[in-house]
Amino acid sequence: MPKKTLCRVAVAAVSGFCLMPASGLHAEPLAVEVVYLRQQEMRPPVLSNLDPVPEDLGIAGAEVAMADNATTGKFLGQTYTLNVIDIAPEGDLPSAARDALAGAGLVLVDGTAAEILAVADMPEAAGKLLFNVASGDEALRSADCRANLLHTIPEDGARTDALMQVLAAKRWSKLAMITGPKPADLAYADHLRRSAAKFGLTLVGEKAWSFDTDLRRAATVELPPFTQDLPDHDVLLVADETDDFGRYVENNTWLPRPIAGSEGLEPQGWTHVMEQWGAVQLQNRFEQTAGRDMRSRDYAAWTAVRAIGEAVTRTGSADPATLRDYMLSDAFQLDGFKGRGLSFRSWNGQLRQPIAVANARALVTLAPVEGFLHQRNETDTLGLDEPESQCHAFTE
Amino acid sequence: MRRLAAALLLTATPLIPAPIQAGEIWVTNEKDDTVSVIDTDTLEVIKTYPTGERPRGVTFSKDFKRLYICASDSDTVQVMDPDTGEILHDLPSGEDPEQFVLAPDDRHLYIANEDDAITTVVDTETRQVVAQIDVGVEPEGMAISPDGKIAITTSETTNMAHWIDTATHKLFANTLVDSRPRHAEFTADGSQLWVSAEIGGTVTVFSVADQRELGKVHFAISGVNDDLIQPVGFKFSPDGKRAFVALGPANHVAVIDTASFEVTNYILTGRRVWHMAWSPDQSRLFTTNGVSGDVTVIDVASETPVKSIKVGRFPWGAAMRP
Repeated sequence: MPKKTLCRVAVAAVSGFCLMPASGLHAEPLAVEVVYLRQQEMRPPVLSNLDPVPEDLGIAGAEVAMADNATTGKFLGQTYTLNVIDIAPEGDLPSAARDALAGAGLVLVDGTAAEILAVADMPEAAGKLLFNVASGDEALRSADCRANLLHTIPEDGARTDALMQVLAAKRWSKLAMITGPKPADLAYADHLRRSAAKFGLTLVGEKAWSFDTDLRRAATVELPPFTQDLPDHDVLLVADETDDFGRYVENNTWLPRPIAGSEGLEPQGWTHVMEQWGAVQLQNRFEQTAGRDMRSRDYAAWTAVRAIGEAVTRTGSADPATLRDYMLSDAFQLDGFKGRGLSFRSWNGQLRQPIAVANARALVTLAPVEGFLHQRNETDTLGLDEPESQCHAFTE
Repeated sequence: MRRLAAALLLTATPLIPAPIQAGEIWVTNEKDDTVSVIDTDTLEVIKTYPTGERPRGVTFSKDFKRLYICASDSDTVQVMDPDTGEILHDLPSGEDPEQFVLAPDDRHLYIANEDDAITTVVDTETRQVVAQIDVGVEPEGMAISPDGKIAITTSETTNMAHWIDTATHKLFANTLVDSRPRHAEFTADGSQLWVSAEIGGTVTVFSVADQRELGKVHFAISGVNDDLIQPVGFKFSPDGKRAFVALGPANHVAVIDTASFEVTNYILTGRRVWHMAWSPDQSRLFTTNGVSGDVTVIDVASETPVKSIKVGRFPWGAAMRP
């Protein structure tokens, strides 16, 4: 079959779409403004330049979701605007955040955990609805949670739980780990350890990454002896959250072992290899808009804006408190192209979502893995569950 | 048995012509670019024909002389001669046609263009696009009222049923349903519209006269997590008293009492059960099971599965010809 032979059709008579409000729905015109507030980060240099971080990371996801919302909104008399406030690494986040919060009630925040928390704690943020689209930091979902802050990016511990469920299901139970020196590497390694223990896997040996050579030349020489003294293991974990050295580990180890963690078999909020559950449609829309593959932060921004759209559609309101109440209620269900409805955990504001455990070429498993049971929702086997979370802001 | 009976009958009374002809179920295999033809008597695949890329929606003309196939990734609707498997011609369909419905006039196809948020109306005789109608994001489910006056498109991400006046090709109503609507059907008398919502896990029933919601069907299967119960394709029984609803990854078809909107039974099927078609005598229901790559044959009287038939990869749509 010839591919894409009839992309455009001759239209004999095109009927214009009709701005007919939906029957029995809230049909008053409603303008919904969403702000994307981003504090750009200073990224440390990494060994390879093969995969630069896209400049519109996150923002592109919000833009695609705005277009989705607008299509729905036209049947309801609802319009959506996205206001992107992008702050340079040396810029003044507090003053930009104050300005943004003065005018808008719905704000996506893209920054570090400390930056997101600072924005959420501003007096101007009281009564507003903020979405963390960037930080997987556990404290934001626990002791540092805020009632005005929901999280659409998965917490780091949910990702490592997902990976360990997959390894446990395969009975690849003996793990070794290489950990990078950066704080993000150490934090991720800690999550890998805790998740391994949670699902009954054994960490038989660990090494700290200590190389300062240029691995593009030396990986094949240096890595075999570096990994030679690790006890035998089924899987080698790599904690390299800034994408520095991890790419040089695979196929350069002493023992022929699969790699997982920040490299190889990776647990992610989103990956371009997702194609089931209608995901191809979202991937296509994203690729047409952004000219690149969709990543986890894009997906977090997409789900935040779509959650807003869904709540606006169902409540007929753009009031942050009304939308928040609806999002945290049992009635809220968002289709996120992951085969299950997405909802928010009412005790800490985290978006409950399956995690893709995938390699570079294909999805291996979408966790939660069958057989890991939970009394309320199987997806709550991933990440902090209600009894473990120290978050009280949502129950006060 | 029927064939045996027919043979005996022929032996006894040789002047009676034409033995009873076995029916066929035509199944599109989304990941194989083929259609499989199942004999409804022997329950075997008797033929497999190549199609365009990613065939999904499938339906016959009223005289069963033409088979329409949504070849989604070829961006066309193909017209096949079911006697030979030959593709007669392509119809303009708009981009990414996923599902369609043939109007009662046997002439106009209403096609959901999944990637374009458009419903395209095609005249199968002139092979021209008659209209394109803007609908919500990811249109999929298509239905047309028995009198041909109302067409329905459901949009998966907008979560609405869009009501199209087929005389003007304009929307006259948009009704919200639960998350990810997949399929829509009018009841035979045209008084009700049923819409399934895959992620919402419900089927909503509307009054066609005023687009009012009459009720909602909910599902629960012991041992299956609620969020894996995902209603997709469905069909009404010929007497209109029951609806059979495919529940996707729950791997069951639910039987619903159409008077009370209550589920009366769940029938085990293959994995990710999707769409279905009746046998010619309406004694059996054939369901496509995407993940297991087979078709489950359900005995309708006893509401039990009787056989699984291996077809191609990711069977999607199903259509019957006697």
